[in-house]
Order: sequence, then C-alpha cells, then structure tokens
Amino acid sequence: MANTSTDQKLVIAGTAYTSRLLVGTGKYKDNDETRQALEASGAEIITIAIRRTNIGQNPDEPNLLDALPLEKYTLLPNTAGCYTVEDAVRTCKLARELLGGHKLVKLEVLGDEKTLFPDTIQTLKAAQILVDDGFDVMVYTNDDPLIAKELENIGCVAVMPLAAPIGSGLGIRNPYNILTIIENANVPILVDAGVGTASDAAIAMELGCDGILMNTAIAAAQKPILMASAMKKAIEGGREAYLAGRMPRKRFASASSPIDGTFF
Amino acid sequence: MITLTLNGEELQLEDNTNIVQLLQKLNLENKRLAVEINQQIVSRSDFNHHILQNQDKVEIVQAIGGGCNNQKY
Repeated sequence: MANTSTDQKLVIAGTAYTSRLLVGTGKYKDNDETRQALEASGAEIITIAIRRTNIGQNPDEPNLLDALPLEKYTLLPNTAGCYTVEDAVRTCKLARELLGGHKLVKLEVLGDEKTLFPDTIQTLKAAQILVDDGFDVMVYTNDDPLIAKELENIGCVAVMPLAAPIGSGLGIRNPYNILTIIENANVPILVDAGVGTASDAAIAMELGCDGILMNTAIAAAQKPILMASAMKKAIEGGREAYLAGRMPRKRFASASSPIDGTFF
Repeated sequence: MITLTLNGEELQLEDNTNIVQLLQKLNLENKRLAVEINQQIVSRSDFNHHILQNQDKVEIVQAIGGGCNNQKY
C-alpha cells in the first residue's frame, strides 16, 4: 500500500479534511442513490442548494437532508443558479439562518445561460460583501489567474476555477492556466466543474490541485455509485502522483535494463 | 384580511397573523426552513412576535439536494 502518511490534509477555513473530493447532491435518481454515491465517494464536504419550500404540495415529501447522515458531512450551501450579486448574497444569508449560523458557503455568480460561465465582475463584488459579513467563501470562478488571485486577496478561503463549462464533462481545457493559478496561490485551489471521468480528475490532481468539486460526472454516469468510487481512487492516485513527482518527459527511448553484461 | 405574496403566490390571511401561525397553517411547523420578509431575514426567535403586514413579500426556503452548479434539483 502506498505511503500517503506524509501528505498533509486539505485545510479549508481552519478545518482539516482527509478527502480531497467534494461532491454535489443534485441530479441523482433518488435519495437512496445519493446517499450511497456520497458514501462511495468518501467525500466529507457536500454541497446543497437553497430553494423555495413547496407550499401546499406534499409537505411531508422526503427531503434529501432527512435521508442523509448529516453528522458525517460538512454542508456547503451554494448559490447555484444566481445571476446577480444580490441573489447570491441573499442565498448565503438564508443558508446561514437555515443552518444555524453556518459560515462556509460556495459562491457562484453566473453570467450566461448557454455557457454557465461565471460573471467574474459580479463574483468579485459578491465575494467582498460576503467576506466582510463574516462568511468563509469558497468561490467558483473562471480559469483566469488574475481573477483567482484577486479573489484570494479579497479573503476567500478557497478558489475554485472551472476545468470546463458546468456539466460539460470535457475535462481540463486549459491546464496551463490551472497550473499558474495553483503556483500563485496561498489558499486551496479546487477544480470545480467540467470533470467528466476519472482520468480528468487524476490529471487535475497531478497538476497540483488541492481538491475537486463535482456533481454531474458522478450523478450522470451510467452507474453513479461505481463512478463515485472511481473518482475517489483517481483523486487519491492523482494526488500521490503529484507528491511523488513524475519523471521528466523525453522525446526518445531510454532503456530500463542495463546495457552492461549483454552476451549478444 | 391582508393579502401577501408567499413564494410568488398570493395568499390571504387574517389580520394580526404572526409567522408561527402562518407556518402552522401551512403544516410547516418543526421543518428546517428560513423565512425572509421583504428581503429581510426574520430569525426563528422572532417568529412568534413578527406580525405579517398587507402586501408583504414572504419567502420560505429550505435546503435541498443540489449543486455543484445544477440549476434545479
């Protein structure tokens, strides 16, 4: 078994986590599948959404949060679907009220329905307001090193650039930008959005990402629970490869058996 | 009677209804939820003495499965 004891834990807002995989809880077939996929993923941080309560329709409908062993997880309320600073800030404040003073939130302010790219200008404004209000902000952003650094300077506790558009499953489209963001950073950098399969996750970790947040790659797989397990292993494998330091690339072959002592 | 907007729908209530009474009427007491009135959050400890007013815009929200990034559950 690989010796991973030298690896440090992922520290976000002062709390240390063993798992570097953060998962969303949407798009699953039912609550039971969600619960099993979360367990297989080994994730310790799970995202949730804040939405209107159904009025008058099935008030006793089973809610996901009642179906999950919440004591095992750190909840990460997110502002998914917000297109303005006001909506994102409102959502975070409601989440804080709902969860009894909970400070950790995931901020995303989207700019465009077709690409779901983040509106980085609004994201910067919302991040400033939330940090000033005492939130621990994990922020979704573009793969732009300057914006990522500015979000860190504002006081976000983690910066989460996209690998590719949300739900696209295209993998890291701009690994050099992600690498630059990582090299510049003093807070954890997590890839958020765009991972499609296990190799995408491994590549992100081999670049030196501190973790990955995903939802669709697991929930939309043919067998979500198996994919959750695959992602867990890919992230652990990618992390170990990053810590191990890969061999240099060479254009031509280099024999791995000694030349000395050949008898032919 | 007063008329307010609850989660985007019109609702008529008796005068002097507080938030606890509204939640009871909706069968939502003891649920994990948060209440916002005219974009101001009302803390749970104020539910029993916050009287709803005519034309109030009330939002009752809860946490559901979601994200990262999916728009709707």
